[in-house]
Amino acid sequence: MSTHTLSVLVEDKPGVLARVSGLFSRRGFNIDSLAVGETEQPGISRITIVVNVESSPLEQVTKQLNKLVNVLKIVELETDASVQRELLLVKVRADVQSRTHVMEAVQLFRAKVVDASPEALTIEATGTGDKLEALLRMLEPFGIKEMVQSGLVAIGRGARSITSPTLRSTA
Amino acid sequence: MTGAQALIAALEALDTEVVFGIPGGTILPAYDPLFDSTKIRHVLVRHEQGAGHAAEGYAQATGKVGVCMATSGPGATNLVTPLADAYMDSVPVVAITGQQSTALIGTDAFQEADICGITLPIIKHNYLVKDPAEIARVVAEAFHLALSGRPGPVLVDIPKDVLQAQTTFSWPPALDLPGYHPTTHPHGKQIGQAARLMRTAQRPVFYVGGGVLKAHATDELRALAELTGIPVVTTLMARGAFPDSHPQHLGMPGMHGSVSAVYGLQRSDLIVALGARFDDRVTGQLDSFAPDATVVHADIDPAEIGKNRHADVPIVGDAKWVLTELLTAMRAEIAENGGEGPELSAWWTQLRDLRERYPLGYEEPSDGTLAPQYVIKRLGELVGPDAIYVAGVGQHQMWASQFISYEKPGTWINSGGAGTMGFAVPAAMGAKAGRPDRTVWAIDGDGCFQMTNQELATCALEGIPIKVAVINNGNLGMVRQWQTLFYDGRYSHTDLGTHKHRVPDFVKLADALGCVGLRAESADDVDATIKQAMDIDDRPVVAEFVVGKDAMVWPMVPPGVGNDDILFARGVRPAFDEDDL
Repeated sequence: MSTHTLSVLVEDKPGVLARVSGLFSRRGFNIDSLAVGETEQPGISRITIVVNVESSPLEQVTKQLNKLVNVLKIVELETDASVQRELLLVKVRADVQSRTHVMEAVQLFRAKVVDASPEALTIEATGTGDKLEALLRMLEPFGIKEMVQSGLVAIGRGARSITSPTLRSTA
Repeated sequence: MTGAQALIAALEALDTEVVFGIPGGTILPAYDPLFDSTKIRHVLVRHEQGAGHAAEGYAQATGKVGVCMATSGPGATNLVTPLADAYMDSVPVVAITGQQSTALIGTDAFQEADICGITLPIIKHNYLVKDPAEIARVVAEAFHLALSGRPGPVLVDIPKDVLQAQTTFSWPPALDLPGYHPTTHPHGKQIGQAARLMRTAQRPVFYVGGGVLKAHATDELRALAELTGIPVVTTLMARGAFPDSHPQHLGMPGMHGSVSAVYGLQRSDLIVALGARFDDRVTGQLDSFAPDATVVHADIDPAEIGKNRHADVPIVGDAKWVLTELLTAMRAEIAENGGEGPELSAWWTQLRDLRERYPLGYEEPSDGTLAPQYVIKRLGELVGPDAIYVAGVGQHQMWASQFISYEKPGTWINSGGAGTMGFAVPAAMGAKAGRPDRTVWAIDGDGCFQMTNQELATCALEGIPIKVAVINNGNLGMVRQWQTLFYDGRYSHTDLGTHKHRVPDFVKLADALGCVGLRAESADDVDATIKQAMDIDDRPVVAEFVVGKDAMVWPMVPPGVGNDDILFARGVRPAFDEDDL
């Protein structure tokens, strides 16, 4: 099994997310993460899907996705040719004794404290999955009270945009 | 005008001749202007499932979009089975459903069901229309989507208040489908590769699927087959795409295919798949299917190519264009090689030998009962190749595919992919409504017939004189066959009592439904009964044939094994040339 990041441009129509996510479960593919948002073009949304499959069924799933009438374009973003980021918000136990140590970890990972209370700090961090995992490992000993993570978003490196015709779409 | 009037005006502008449906609360606004339409005939069915299958039968008999209409909630959910059926068999159907008013959506209102959500996995596309100004465009898009590319069902769900609201109507609307671009023209390079492979192959086979019929490419298929001399197999969805009487036809492949067709694919060194999808019922156990074959796979749906079997030469395109270009490329290829086409005499010697040793046939039942195969064979012989035959699902369906000779496209309609019991009667009704000039015979089993025979009341009252042959073996025959073969003859819940108790009495039932009811119980009565049915044209006819319960469909590739393990009859494996095995 290997991880693939698909950027899917879709028409911003009701139910489009259900069409896309339903297709994955129906055809037996597991979604690791999914993020959806607006793009620079009105009426077009971008769904970033991280899927864990072999390359041959990945071709099958992109072909099936391409058949959805509301899907405009699918591009696979390779890790080394794209910038990939996730957002993490984590609430860590931090009292007078541990606070300094927590802050050290925050600085080490260039994360930010976005909320503070006498017993806890809420930390915001962005980065690749690996970086966020490493941060969490550092914070775990202090006691993680709560955490929430966004799906991965990704954008290709260089000047070209995903809508540029030269960018080869998969399938 | 109202949204409802716009809907009917759009259907008229799209040349809709017939709508099969049942009115109800939320679709009522649409039925009001439909009442005044002089262009659209509405056929009031008895169950929405009948409307859906009728639309499928209509579409397959005419090549046009079949339209069905239902109200929200249960009306819409009753369309689910025919929509799934149309999706599996790529049938162009548009379903129009009423929906609760927009203010009530999501409140569990009376007869509210999220039919767009429910049908998501079984339709090509669907719409919930929230603005009456969009109705004309959406209906035009629905027809375009249903019929173009790989055909399929499209559902248009319209809330009651949207149907009632005022709007304007202009035609033709501009379609807005930026993500929909079916590839119809194949790539020249791959066509050339395919032609070279076809000329040099020693054991090639054309594996022809329903896509060839949908693309109206049967003339091109025949021309290419005759140019190359390559043998042809036609799948259950492609019966009639190539004449059964043609010397190059090996028959139907698959679980109940002929020995020569199954062997032909299995031992081939080149499979040219045309509008077929390597379905499990054709391939048997996939990893042992046609181990030596190079595969050229042409289909209009790119997702079918490589889905089940790797394609060495993938060709995306409409079968009509693919075959036209293959024909041109093949002529050039042959000319370049001094007029020499593929050398297939050794291959044909093997295939002819198998065809002679293992022809399709059946044994007379030892208990003196009527053989169902005999009934179906005689039906085909007496009625002839111009009629449309519509089958249900099960043993009778396989025998109808095997023992009737299909010579022309559009003469065989059945539920292939979904295997929907109860398909035959309503689909035959739709076919006859679309082609009143043609004789339409439904061939049904006693199990299937009891699922949807109420549509005979529709046929009787609407002047749709179909004929139904009920092959009554008193049981769910195909299930019983599997119980005989794989469950030690433990017949758990397959006896329908239609022999034992004669419940229902099909002759009386036919009479009650406004049809003529006939019955034959012995071989001597079969011809006379069929002829009697053929002479009646003013009413639907139900001809019941009381047949033995122990007849089985052969040949058979048992489930879960490879095609090498095909059985010609119970316990009889064909003796293939040992050198080939």
